[in-house]
Amino acid sequence: MAELDFAGQVLSEGGTWRFPAHSPLLLDSGGKLENLEIAYRTWGALNEDGTNAILICHALTGDQHVAGTHPVSGKPGWWTRLVGPGKPIDPAKHFIICSNVVGGCMGSTGPASINPATGQPYGLSFPVITIADMVRGQAMLVEALGVETLLAVVGGSMGGMQVQQWAADYPDKLFSAVIVASASRHSAQNIAFHEVGRQAIMADPDWKGGAYAEGKSRPEKGLAVARMAAHITYLSEPALQRKFGRELQRDGLSWGFDADFQVESYLRHQGAAFVDRFDANSYLYITRAMDYFDLAAAHGGVLAQAFAGARHVRFCVLSFTSDWLYPTAENRHIVRALTAAGCRAAFVEIESDKGHDAFLLDEPVMDAALQGFLSSVERERGLAK
Amino acid sequence: MIRQDFKEILRLVRPGSRVLDVGCGEGVLLDLLTHEKQVDGRGLEISAAGVAACMSRGLSVVQGDADQDLDHFPDRTFDYAILSQTLQATRNPRHVLDELLRIADRAVVSFPNFGHWRVRWSLLTRGRMPETEALPLPWWATPNIHLCTLADFLALTEDLAMRIDACAAFAGNGAARQIDPTKAIENWRAESCLFMLSRNPAPVGSSTSTEPPAPSGDLFDG
Repeated sequence: MAELDFAGQVLSEGGTWRFPAHSPLLLDSGGKLENLEIAYRTWGALNEDGTNAILICHALTGDQHVAGTHPVSGKPGWWTRLVGPGKPIDPAKHFIICSNVVGGCMGSTGPASINPATGQPYGLSFPVITIADMVRGQAMLVEALGVETLLAVVGGSMGGMQVQQWAADYPDKLFSAVIVASASRHSAQNIAFHEVGRQAIMADPDWKGGAYAEGKSRPEKGLAVARMAAHITYLSEPALQRKFGRELQRDGLSWGFDADFQVESYLRHQGAAFVDRFDANSYLYITRAMDYFDLAAAHGGVLAQAFAGARHVRFCVLSFTSDWLYPTAENRHIVRALTAAGCRAAFVEIESDKGHDAFLLDEPVMDAALQGFLSSVERERGLAK
Repeated sequence: MIRQDFKEILRLVRPGSRVLDVGCGEGVLLDLLTHEKQVDGRGLEISAAGVAACMSRGLSVVQGDADQDLDHFPDRTFDYAILSQTLQATRNPRHVLDELLRIADRAVVSFPNFGHWRVRWSLLTRGRMPETEALPLPWWATPNIHLCTLADFLALTEDLAMRIDACAAFAGNGAARQIDPTKAIENWRAESCLFMLSRNPAPVGSSTSTEPPAPSGDLFDG
């Protein structure tokens, strides 16, 4: 039996789970992580049959606080649209699990954690991790929570990559899988934008080769710039134009380099708010994990092979018309592979001008599609009337 | 009220088989087949609203179209591929038809018959494109870009070396009428028609390959 440590919390609220001693997380890179900790939260309770568990996988800058209130920002969880009482994922019906990925900075072991071998923060001595490593950690947590099969594993963006990895590596633990606005591999453009972000961090003198934990300052400027550049990729051109246009912050131009335009002020705010809750080295490691993600490559270059064991799993794939980060074509590529593998897949492209971030925003069609899909999955699983 | 062509499809499909419904709309037929014939059904539908409706029915339906997405299904994935009143709206009907019988052992195809007497009469007397019950929209609004007659379709099936396992005609709201599609009169009488096709030679292990199907009643009941 795995040892559980709830950091003073009760089971239904989550906490931090420690990997059992002498049971390191083996990594794709060939390395391993000892004494791994995974921070997680749960809502609801596992039913007697163990059939109502849903794992939610977060995106690049997300965390385990999918619902409820975020402890750092004080803002609502990042997917309260879909998770909560009366929502498609409902603690009254489901045992909801969400954990911070390995390499993250919200309580799971990451580059800011103390390396047990040295007693110092890992910094860049933290091993490079992959999406498969994250999923391997989640699988151990899920098992430790007493869950044998997941009613659904759900995720958008990088979360959707984890869902695909689950389908490839643990198909027997899945009943259904929901992939939103994701891709089966990073394109050159995806990698390029991530590289801009990483270079911004590494160009910040406060980064200090990743060893900033001992010093007084953190590479906040670099991380903020990385966030600003990335944030543009999460929106669509029409959404930005509609929201800001060429509107100015004050009357008239400053004839200087202050934030004259509202869009500049907005991006600066996004950057500044981000550094309060995110670690620069985590950003390097997680963006790297996404860049390295290429599910087909691990299966002879044929994506359908990755899903060959998941024919019994019901899949739902959703994309958004204005998402140019993980466009419909990439999501359709996943669907075609699922089809070719003989999996049961539903796919719909949702009309939205909100860009990639649409999956986190007010999109009633997405809510309805997910509600419909999950209801039918519950019926099939014998959970609902 | 179940559509007459759906009734005929329900009659033709073997219980428990694997079915792909191409252009499945809101999933009415797939739902019927799933519940009444316990088929393992999948769908392809071009409209997002249609797919969303299918998803809430619990159907596995992918947004896509017959012209582009059939190519991605492996050979012989299904027992039946159904194309109901959609062939005439595809860009390349010949390719679509060929694909149906690559991915499935049998294709069930229905389409409005442009050889129906009302169509011919409209053209002959008024010199105008017909607007009938089977073809209700004016020429500039119709999605039907590749209309054909029963005789045209028959010629295409011969060209593609396909076998006709069953053929039924529909007129108005009347029940399906089993027909011999090679009789010229049927090209006048059928408002729309439905074919069940397979490859020559017939697929292995099929019970209906050696004898013509029963003219009425569920093929697989008793």
